[in-house]
Formats: sequence, C-alpha cells, structure tokens
Amino acid sequence: MTASVASQPDLADERLPPVVPVGCVALVLAIGGVIYLASFIPGHPSLAPAIGLLAAAAATVAANAGALARVRAFAWWRFWQVWRWTMFAYAIIAGMLIYTFVYDRIPSGQLSLLVATLAVFALDIPVMLAFSVARYQPPHPPAP
Amino acid sequence: MSVATSAASRLELEPQPARPRPPASIVPLAGLPVVGVVLACLVAAIAGNWLWALDFFHVVGGALWTSLDLFIGLVVGPCVIARLSIPARAEFTARFMPAMALIMPTLVTMTLASGFQLARHLGLLLSSDPHHAWIVASFFLVGVMAVIAIGVLEPANLAVLFELRKPEPDGALIARLMRRFVYTAGITGLMQIGTLIIMTRLAST
Repeated sequence: MTASVASQPDLADERLPPVVPVGCVALVLAIGGVIYLASFIPGHPSLAPAIGLLAAAAATVAANAGALARVRAFAWWRFWQVWRWTMFAYAIIAGMLIYTFVYDRIPSGQLSLLVATLAVFALDIPVMLAFSVARYQPPHPPAP
Repeated sequence: MSVATSAASRLELEPQPARPRPPASIVPLAGLPVVGVVLACLVAAIAGNWLWALDFFHVVGGALWTSLDLFIGLVVGPCVIARLSIPARAEFTARFMPAMALIMPTLVTMTLASGFQLARHLGLLLSSDPHHAWIVASFFLVGVMAVIAIGVLEPANLAVLFELRKPEPDGALIARLMRRFVYTAGITGLMQIGTLIIMTRLAST
C-alpha cells in the first residue's frame, strides 16, 4: 500500500465542484417532498409545497450535473461505469416503490408527483455515488 | 558483508505483509440470488396483503439494520478496526466492505417498504390517527438517515471497494474513508435509537 498524492486533502478535490454536498441538498428537497406527500396519504393535501420542493430538487440536480460536466481532467470512464450500475440498482428500488404506490391506489396527482420525485432521486444518487468513486481514480483507464 | 547488505538480505528472508487480495467483484455475486429471493418475498408480502409477512420483514429488517449500525459504529470501529495493524485493517476492509455493499441496501429496502405498507394497513398513515405524529416523526428520522447513508456512508463504501482494486491501493485514503464509514454508521445507529423509541411506543399504545 502507498500513501500517494490522492490521499492528501486533495489538490485535485479543490478543483472539483461540490457534487456530493449539492447532491445532498437535492436529496433533502426530494425527501422533504416525499415526506410531505406520504404524511397525508390517503388524504388530498395541497400539492403546491410538494411541487415547489420537487422543482427545487430538479433544478439542483440539473445545476450539479452542469457543474460536473464542465470538469475535464476526471475519470469519466470510471464515472460512467459506476453510474450505469447504480442507476440499474436504483431503477429496481424506484420501480418497487412505484409498484407499492400504484398498488395502494394513491390518487393520480400525488402519484405523479411521487413518481417524478423518485425520478429526480434516481438521477441524483447515481451521480453522487459515481462521482465519489471516480474522484479517486486516474483520468484514464490503466493499460491492460 | 556490509550492514546494509545484511539488513537487505534479512528483509528478503522475513515474510512481508501480504497485500490483501482485491475482491473478485465489487459486490459478492454469490449474494445476489439471496437478495433477489428476499426482494421477491417482500413483493409477494405486499401484493398478498399478508400482515404477518409484512410484520416479519419490518421487524427482522429493522432489527438487523439497527443492530448492524450500532455494532459497526460503536464496537467494530472503535474497539476492533482502530486496534488492528494497517495490513490487518486492509485485510479486514477487503472482506468486510463488499458484504456491507450488499447487506445494508437490502435491509433498508426490506424495512422501509414493509414498514410503509404496514402503517398503511394499520391506518397509522391517516392524519386522523392518534399515532400519526409519531409516524411522521419516523419519516423525518428515516429521511435524515437516508441523506447520511447516501451522501456519506455509501460513497465511502464504494470508494474503498474501488481503491482496493488498484494495483497500489492508497492506504491513507482507505483509512480515511473507513473512518468516515464507521463514524457515520455509528451516527445512524444512534439515530436508530430514536426510531426504536418511536416504534416501541407505536407497538405498545
């Protein structure tokens, strides 16, 4: 084992956008919307707060993706590899949750918002996890 | 023979600490069928409205999730990993983290999906229910734990797994990420005590 440059409180890290903290903010917004809606099931709460939280979460995820897309010296090969698999895993989890909501005959307005929130959730998490791995990897894949 | 040469030959003769063998895959593939069976049973329990099965998944999943969090954060981290030598820590990590990458998400999915369905069946989600405020409080706790788990714990777990697969893993980086993993497991474990208080209160009133 070595204690290479990557282990220092990283010079490379300083150049990278704060993808994980911003992703956490989006998570808090998305989870806030889900808690709001779930705490009224099977009632009919006003959808405005949930729509506001969802829009804010979606904007935060989009801004995060935009900031990350501008990074050039980054292990994109590893990022996409992790992103694909975590997206697959979270698609299964989101699918299960959507199945439960549909099975429970949740009113259509709340159901669409919950599905949209889960979609934002499923876009946010793979980016955070893939970034967390790729930030410590070399920009180019090692030669076979 | 000079002192330096004799020291060098001694080093050659002494057994060197072996680098931990990197895991063959990021998650243990042999565990995937077990996860598949658990998730299939969970779907069947929800679809079949089997109250006992929902209760089973919720209680078993919640108990294992809470116990693991507390055990890792308060026992394994400070009392075991912290006292191991660096090679032993690396060896432990190489075997421990892949299993955790599979076990924890499965337990969390089991607990939350069955718990939500159980609350719905028992009418605890209704805002008119006297216990509704406790259920909403548990939503908040789970929400905070989810952010910690997804934002700190799981990224550290995955980063360690990938670091271990490098030809020359960075020991200091692995130690830093493991510390983060263990401490956040402890924090979520302590928050789980709040969930335990809420759940036992719901079950006893």
